[in-house]
Amino acid sequence: MKLPARLRLSPALAPYALLLPFFVLFAVFGLFPLLFSLWLAFQAWEPTDGLAAMRWVGLENFAFALQDEWFWKSLKNTAWLAVASGVPQHLVAIPLAVFIHTRLQRLRDVAVGAYFLPYITSTVAISILFASLFSTDFGAINAVLGGLFGIDAIDWLGRPEHIKPAIAAVVFWRYVGFNVVLYLAALQTIPKDLYEAATMDGASRWQQFVHITLPGLKPVMFFGVTLSVIGGLQLFEEPFILTGGRGGSDQAGMTTAMYLYRMAFDFNDFGAASAMSWLLFALVVGLTWATHRAFRPKAGQA
Amino acid sequence: MTATSTTLPTLGRPLAPWAAYALVGAGALLMLAPFWLMFVFATQSRTEIFSLPPPLWFGNDLLANLAILTERIPFWRNLGWSLYVALMSTALTLLFCSMGGYAFACFEFRFKQPLFAFVLATMLLPSFMNMIPTFMIMDALGWIDQPRALYIPGAASAFGIFLMRQFVLSTVPRELIEAARMDGCSELGIYWRIVLPLLKPALGTLGLITFIASWNNFIGPLIVMRSPENYTLPLALRSLQSPVDTEWGALMTGSAIATLPLLVLFALSSRQLIAGLTAGAVK
Repeated sequence: MKLPARLRLSPALAPYALLLPFFVLFAVFGLFPLLFSLWLAFQAWEPTDGLAAMRWVGLENFAFALQDEWFWKSLKNTAWLAVASGVPQHLVAIPLAVFIHTRLQRLRDVAVGAYFLPYITSTVAISILFASLFSTDFGAINAVLGGLFGIDAIDWLGRPEHIKPAIAAVVFWRYVGFNVVLYLAALQTIPKDLYEAATMDGASRWQQFVHITLPGLKPVMFFGVTLSVIGGLQLFEEPFILTGGRGGSDQAGMTTAMYLYRMAFDFNDFGAASAMSWLLFALVVGLTWATHRAFRPKAGQA
Repeated sequence: MTATSTTLPTLGRPLAPWAAYALVGAGALLMLAPFWLMFVFATQSRTEIFSLPPPLWFGNDLLANLAILTERIPFWRNLGWSLYVALMSTALTLLFCSMGGYAFACFEFRFKQPLFAFVLATMLLPSFMNMIPTFMIMDALGWIDQPRALYIPGAASAFGIFLMRQFVLSTVPRELIEAARMDGCSELGIYWRIVLPLLKPALGTLGLITFIASWNNFIGPLIVMRSPENYTLPLALRSLQSPVDTEWGALMTGSAIATLPLLVLFALSSRQLIAGLTAGAVK
């Protein structure tokens, strides 16, 4: 089995050899296509015409995207969904994590497991189920709302004003448990004696929550909110399945990721789709930076 | 702000403990209810699923649904492709990521820090940036409609390399590697015979995560797969959705079968999975 010495990897070269698969795969399937899509954003091109038919059009695709009513609509939809599904995730996950951390011992794993389970399941399978639950005349959700509260049947996936709350609810359901686990991990790093000292000084539970727990969770809040922002702006599968791939009535459930997919694969305009993806990417980067700014300790406060 | 809030009395009374327990318990049931309904609906006909009140217990239509399912789409073939792609993706990912993680953990080399930062940065790339480029490169390679287009591109995932590096740092003693090197063990031998066996628990975690991610992958096959007999499960199920005449019973049966392996894996290894999936976040 022993290789001749000159064929054997020297310790100096070994790390490069070990990392080779990553860099080869990333170069071929990540970097090159990415640069190509940047190039494509400045071209007029339809894949059916062949690569030779590409034509330089400067900023035309970007101008087209920025003047495209549907693109703006998709951005508004995406922002709405990111906020309506993201903010409640954290508002629920923080107190829930505190409760699990302080009150549950034996049932802790069961509770965490129940809330986390939706995160690992197939988005497609679960969105298909929700599509049936949201059905107007005979869906389980309207049956519960009607039975318990006497609410008239709501056309969840048919009416523009109801599609977004329905999608946001599914997204919330899927990701809230992930955030619970994040906050639980952070809670374990807050020193217990801080609470003991506060109790001795007569601080109420609420005061302890505000002055010890929340500041202790701040770094993870930054991380979690950033993930929610990035994730929210990428929403694709849930709205895609819930609206049958077409965005729903009046395009009310059309996210930007879905729209650029349609622009490329349904309308065959790869140049415009590429320009849109770079615009959305710029937005993701900008918002990540803004989140970073918002959570940075202000001068004099830290 | 800080000064006033300390003097404030407790804002409202905190929830009575029993109410808090009930609320958290009800929330947990709400989280699990969709799974229950999915499996119940899998055994009900379309008319029963949409009856009022909706069925909460199993019916007798599982086999009938399965018959419709296998008649409408090549279901078992799709299931087979899902399994094949997930296994291939897992095997390659474990190999490449353990190699990369080991390199970053146990070697000193030029550009190590910038290279590692670069690997981490690739994790931040949003998935929508890849949709159009992926299609173009697969088209250029002639990999459209080929299952390898689904498992090769992501096989050296940055997340996996990061996870493996953390684990190697905490479990593989550097002295052991030095000793093996002194004894004349080759670099590949050290990786294969010493590092890899020590990595077993971490390989298990990464394997689970990779398998699940591949099993659930929808955007990938949506972009590159063309013929229904090559579809993986999520894409095959989506193809059953139609605006006019959706076979909901069959669709639920298919969804339940696609979900079952995930529930089994989760039941067997939820702690390991949760720890692995949030590893990047917690450290």
